[in-house]
Amino acid sequence: MSVLVGKDTRLLVQGFTGNEGTFHAEQMIAYGTNVVGGVTPGKGGTRHLDRPVFHTVAEAVEKEGVNTSVIFVPPAFAGDAIAEAAMSGIGLIICITEGIPVKDMIMAREIVQRHGSRLIGPNCPGVITPGEAKVGIMPGNVFTRGPIGVISRSGTLTYEAVDQLTKIGLGQSTAIGIGGDPVIGTKHRDAVALFQDDPETEAIVLIGEIGGSDEEEAAAWIKDNVTKPVVAFIAGRTAPPGRRMGHAGAIVSGGKGTADDKIKALRAAGITVSESPALIGETVKSLL
Amino acid sequence: MNIHEYQAKDLLKEYQVAVPEGIAAFTVEEAVKAAEFLKQKGTTLFVVKAQIHAGGRGKGRTKKTGAKGVILARSVGEVRKAAESLLGDTLVTIQTGETGKKVERLYITDGVDIKNEYYVGVTLDRTRNKNVIMVSTEGGVEIEKVAAETPEKIVKEWVEPGLPLQGHQARRLAFALGLTGDPFKKAVKFIMALYKAFDKTDASIVEINPLALTADDDVVALDAKINFDDNALFRQTEICKLRDKSEEDPLEVEAVESDLNYIKLDGNVGCMVNGAGLAMATMDMIKLAGGEPANFLDVGGGANVDTVRNGFRIILKDPNVEAILINIFGGIVRCDRVANGILEAVKDPAIAKKLESMPLIVRLQGTNAEEGKKIIDESGLNVISAVLLKEAAQEVTRAISA
Repeated sequence: MSVLVGKDTRLLVQGFTGNEGTFHAEQMIAYGTNVVGGVTPGKGGTRHLDRPVFHTVAEAVEKEGVNTSVIFVPPAFAGDAIAEAAMSGIGLIICITEGIPVKDMIMAREIVQRHGSRLIGPNCPGVITPGEAKVGIMPGNVFTRGPIGVISRSGTLTYEAVDQLTKIGLGQSTAIGIGGDPVIGTKHRDAVALFQDDPETEAIVLIGEIGGSDEEEAAAWIKDNVTKPVVAFIAGRTAPPGRRMGHAGAIVSGGKGTADDKIKALRAAGITVSESPALIGETVKSLL
Repeated sequence: MNIHEYQAKDLLKEYQVAVPEGIAAFTVEEAVKAAEFLKQKGTTLFVVKAQIHAGGRGKGRTKKTGAKGVILARSVGEVRKAAESLLGDTLVTIQTGETGKKVERLYITDGVDIKNEYYVGVTLDRTRNKNVIMVSTEGGVEIEKVAAETPEKIVKEWVEPGLPLQGHQARRLAFALGLTGDPFKKAVKFIMALYKAFDKTDASIVEINPLALTADDDVVALDAKINFDDNALFRQTEICKLRDKSEEDPLEVEAVESDLNYIKLDGNVGCMVNGAGLAMATMDMIKLAGGEPANFLDVGGGANVDTVRNGFRIILKDPNVEAILINIFGGIVRCDRVANGILEAVKDPAIAKKLESMPLIVRLQGTNAEEGKKIIDESGLNVISAVLLKEAAQEVTRAISA
């Protein structure tokens, strides 16, 4: 078992023929992900990477039985791409694109909800179930299969945590990059719920950062609903208030969303918090 | 992106949001001219406001003349004096820090007769994924303070995604301010117009504090703060023109021009990292190791010779930096390539000279990490290498205690 992506994934790549889409589609295929085709409006009917290209998502869904979409469309058009995927009936939409305007994301998220789809991201590295499917831009070789579910708002910090886990002998069931934007489809809490219900996952690593209150909400929910051990790390203790730390969502504003508040809330919920980013792996090991 | 108060008010005016008469001035003569113009229109009390990108101006003082950031003037002559005391001086407020900000622009505005002060703000509610409009009868006070001490005095309405603000929502907010009759109608109009301005300009926050009810029963914005969603600037070309680079840190401006994400901090250990989350975590680790981060610097996914060279150039311009940590997690970018990129950048004569007396720690992890370390170790250059993040932290401690 695993969550979200795996052997049953039939993946569509939106923004298939662009530079990013092409490069990462090649990498995903090499990893063994079942990429069934792609969409580039205007290039329908052609073939790319030995797979069919469609004008629209609806056509791809009809012809190829797609159940998951990954989006590499530029930011100005990505909100529309998310909406197109949801309105075409795709159940799982993973948006990698960074830099989508908040206004577009409020709309896109609403449409995803109305159509009963699940959105991961945007501004995320994607989702990987080691050995089965990689949907996104993560370096597949860093991951190994095992009992740890990983949830993170950032890319390279996820790889860092996963690398520590792998080196200490702990593989991952699935790693979910939920994204660093203020408006995202799936929050920490929802991702934790997936792992709580997954029999293969024995422990959960939750990597958060300053900004918003998603970690606090996850903490409250974990306290009442999660039986598996959870280890957390929160990045940005040294970040100055009022400054956006790279990720559009990583900002302490009006005194809200500080790392210390989040750490306090997580600890109050019985979650083990690793003080140092260098000790995430060891902290998980000590709990198992 | 931030803009000045006078720019915010001009922008709000375009959306029919009521603001008092006012004119921006860059020189004393312009300030005097503005005051004369306002006088002709009936102004008897002028307000001279320093235009800097920071709050708390009314309570702030300039360094040389000790002038307040907001000065009331009863005549054109007093406007001249106020302008002379502010322009060119450095204003220090609770938000600027000790260094303060140089006053290069003024806003000369009509000093309206105030009957009552309120608060109104619009921003994204991240928990609900909707925009929220907040009003409070506690105007002129920091809204964070109101939220912490008397949260019941803040009334909120959430805007449905994709829909305009509904009339009943604006009415509920105006009623919450205790308004009736003509002022009530004006407040409803004000709130509707304010949300429209927020929505159309891709703002991330619009804050009117205080919103004033005047002696003539007008409802006007006495102050205005607007920030914009940087991700939407590509479609807001008019707003981009309002950027005032002199308000931004010069190193940060330079970084943007080199496509780097850099934020200057006050510490002694410079760092260069790929990825924002790992960059924040690296800063935290520097602190745990006994140092203080000098900056946030995300060089992005593909750390190549150019990005690393530009990163060095910017970090080395910060005189507080005593050591540098490069922390790269090579995913799809292989560490051996990154190592070669770093070595090439370090050979740049200007960079090499400065690094002679400064410890440089390079931590490469991920794909081909061992090969990367070998390249660094065998280069003969004065570079300390590390593979584990833990090791990098120890090297930082050693470097700064040496």
